[in-house]
Amino acid sequence: MTLEFGVGPFYREEHRAFQASMRRFVEREIMPHVEAWDEAGEFPRDLYRRAAEVGLLGLGFPEEHGGVPGDLFHAIVAAQELARAGAGGLSASLQSHTIGCPPIARLGSADLKARVLGPVLRGEKISALAITEPGGGSDVASLRTTARREGDHYVVNGAKTFITSGMRADFYTVAVRTGGEGMGGVSLLLIERDRPGFTRTLLKKMGWWASDTASLHFDDCHVPVANLIGEENAGFRAIMLNFNGERIGMAASCNGMARAAYEEALAWARERRTFGRALVQHQVIRHKLVDMAMRIGATQAYLEQTAWRVMQGENPIADICMLKNQATQTMAFVASEAVQILGGSGFMRGPKSERIYREVKVNAIGGGAEEIMKELASRHLGW
Amino acid sequence: MKVIVAVKRVVDYNVKIRVKADKTGVELSNVKMSMNPFDEIGVEEAVRLKEAGVASEVVAVSIGPAQAQETIRTALAMGADRGILIKTDEEVQPLAVAKLLKAVVEAEAPQIVILGKQAIDDDSNQTGQMLAALLGWAQGTFASKVALGDGKATVTREVDGGLQTVELKLPAVVTTDLRLNEPRYASLPNIMKAKKKPIDEKTPADLGVDIAPRLKTLKVEEPPKRQAGRKVASVEELVQALKNEAGVI
Ligand SMILES: Cc1cc2nc3c(=O)[nH]c(=O)nc-3n(C[C@H](O)[C@H](O)[C@H](O)COP(=O)(O)OP(=O)(O)OC[C@H]3O[C@@H](n4cnc5c(N)ncnc54)[C@H](O)[C@@H]3O)c2cc1C
Ligand SMILES: Cc1cc2nc3c(=O)[nH]c(=O)nc-3n(C[C@H](O)[C@H](O)[C@H](O)COP(=O)(O)OP(=O)(O)OC[C@H]3O[C@@H](n4cnc5c(N)ncnc54)[C@H](O)[C@@H]3O)c2cc1C
Repeated sequence: MTLEFGVGPFYREEHRAFQASMRRFVEREIMPHVEAWDEAGEFPRDLYRRAAEVGLLGLGFPEEHGGVPGDLFHAIVAAQELARAGAGGLSASLQSHTIGCPPIARLGSADLKARVLGPVLRGEKISALAITEPGGGSDVASLRTTARREGDHYVVNGAKTFITSGMRADFYTVAVRTGGEGMGGVSLLLIERDRPGFTRTLLKKMGWWASDTASLHFDDCHVPVANLIGEENAGFRAIMLNFNGERIGMAASCNGMARAAYEEALAWARERRTFGRALVQHQVIRHKLVDMAMRIGATQAYLEQTAWRVMQGENPIADICMLKNQATQTMAFVASEAVQILGGSGFMRGPKSERIYREVKVNAIGGGAEEIMKELASRHLGW
Repeated sequence: MKVIVAVKRVVDYNVKIRVKADKTGVELSNVKMSMNPFDEIGVEEAVRLKEAGVASEVVAVSIGPAQAQETIRTALAMGADRGILIKTDEEVQPLAVAKLLKAVVEAEAPQIVILGKQAIDDDSNQTGQMLAALLGWAQGTFASKVALGDGKATVTREVDGGLQTVELKLPAVVTTDLRLNEPRYASLPNIMKAKKKPIDEKTPADLGVDIAPRLKTLKVEEPPKRQAGRKVASVEELVQALKNEAGVI
């Protein structure tokens, strides 16, 4: 079969072994239920614990807090094996700690690390990241949620929106304005779910149904100064650093989603007969499948090459931005063609392709919208 | 009590195998390889014996090319303690495997050897039986349940008519059937720890075993393609076709 992921010079024995485990984990614990969970808009909290057991949650976090050593290729394997289930909402919520926790692991005090990382990496508590506001998400430096210092507390006021795991999380890594205008006045604050003055509302959306996306409201919410992650007014850089890992993970996931849709369409095209022949024997359909495979193959190569450069210590921001767009556009193209090949059935709920088609836009908008990625890439290319 | 499990590297069960153009065998280049599923069940059973405090050490043995080390690592990640790789690039047939395992058993002195009832590549279903015969040990094949007691093992076997329970005197050879257990998947921390577990490497010559094939493969061919179905107009026509053409009634 073409497009077998996890093969090639970047993957060692330990990656292949982890891939085999992840495949079983997804096949046993996720695949049989994923459709029902997505329709229900929720999945059991117990899945976090199981994901912790296989090593998924700890991946890449420090060992002393329950993390598991692993590199970007383990992360790629994890994202792409999860994507085989074709339910991005589940992947996003199950792994919301991969955006919520890195600032704590990187910059948090010893006390914060001990309080947050252990329980989250064991799958007992859920972590979320809250940057985006009703007033805007792309322009992070203009965020308006304020944290005013009062003695040994910050008093937080404002709102966040579109927050993944927003309803169920226990720990929120929240971007707040502690200083003046612009990027130099932004800090990261850990806010626990039960702080008085902190409320949440569930949002309904086009896709990612298994994920509890929410708006957060802070109304004179008192948060101890000890919950500051890193230094005051130095949060912007931490947010930007976070995006690199998130974007590579999203690219891996999007290409995995594309492959899931492609495989479904290919299997369908082999079975389905029209005008006396299997669909795959009609040149138009066969050529569609080639175009799909070509884009997935190209995206995978770019993904692996970029990840390799990051592992060598480079910070190829322009390529990470372009990679993310390459991956979201591949997913958009492949999902659309897969639904087309499935015909009327592709418009019905049930096939993965239908669900993946509804998940295209969240990837093209979230974690840095395509327009923003192009702008950032061009600036880093020095234009 | 020491347990030895045999693990074989085979073409992954998900791969659609293809016969080589020259009909000498199946295509192996660029094909995903994994541990024989029956052997995974064997490793799981051994690890459970260890977790239950019945077994003290689990040793995973594989015979094959250098890459078979990866199969042993999988067993180590599942919980085996150490590995032995008997390295050879030659074809090894069931009798040769049984002789090699016998040599390992004589050196290691386990109380129980667990193998898959067959490997999904050649489906021979011979190695466990041959090993027991060479050792002069009791055997419990096609096991769907294994209970160890004082110096003996009670093995429930899946036979044609149902289940048969046999009592074996230890040491003994057990081969696994599908329903014995559901093997675990190794966690990433255990995969990492497995990298540090020892794997001993030997050759058939070290063990003084002649592995020259006793069987010769003449030709490997694709199974015949299934014929397309045919619609019949009536029950009578169906009965006639089953009787006269298919000859099944
Ligand atoms: C399901 C879901 C889950 C999410 N989860 C989280 C989460 O967990 N945490 C979190 O903090 N955020 C989350 N987000 C928010 C996401 O990061 C934002 O939606 C994203 O950053 C875009 O911000 P926005 O929606 O406010 O759009 P806007 O910033 O208003 O942008 C709207 C459109 O205008 C374009 N645009 C904006 N500025 C420019 C410009 N200068 N030049 C050209 N085009 C421009 C954008 O590309 C976009 O197409 C999530 C979003 C979704 C949909
Ligand atoms: C919401 C909805 C409402 C509908 N309502 C009605 C209704 O009221 N009444 C009714 O009768 N039908 C209805 N339909 C069915 C609709 O007309 C069919 O879905 C449509 O004709 C396509 O047929 P199909 O789904 O079987 O796809 P298929 O015929 O299997 O086609 C699958 C894909 O293969 C392509 N394809 C097929 N043959 C070839 C070829 N020779 N060469 C190249 N490409 C080919 C098609 O273009 C398509 O992309 C409805 C469908 C939907 C989704």
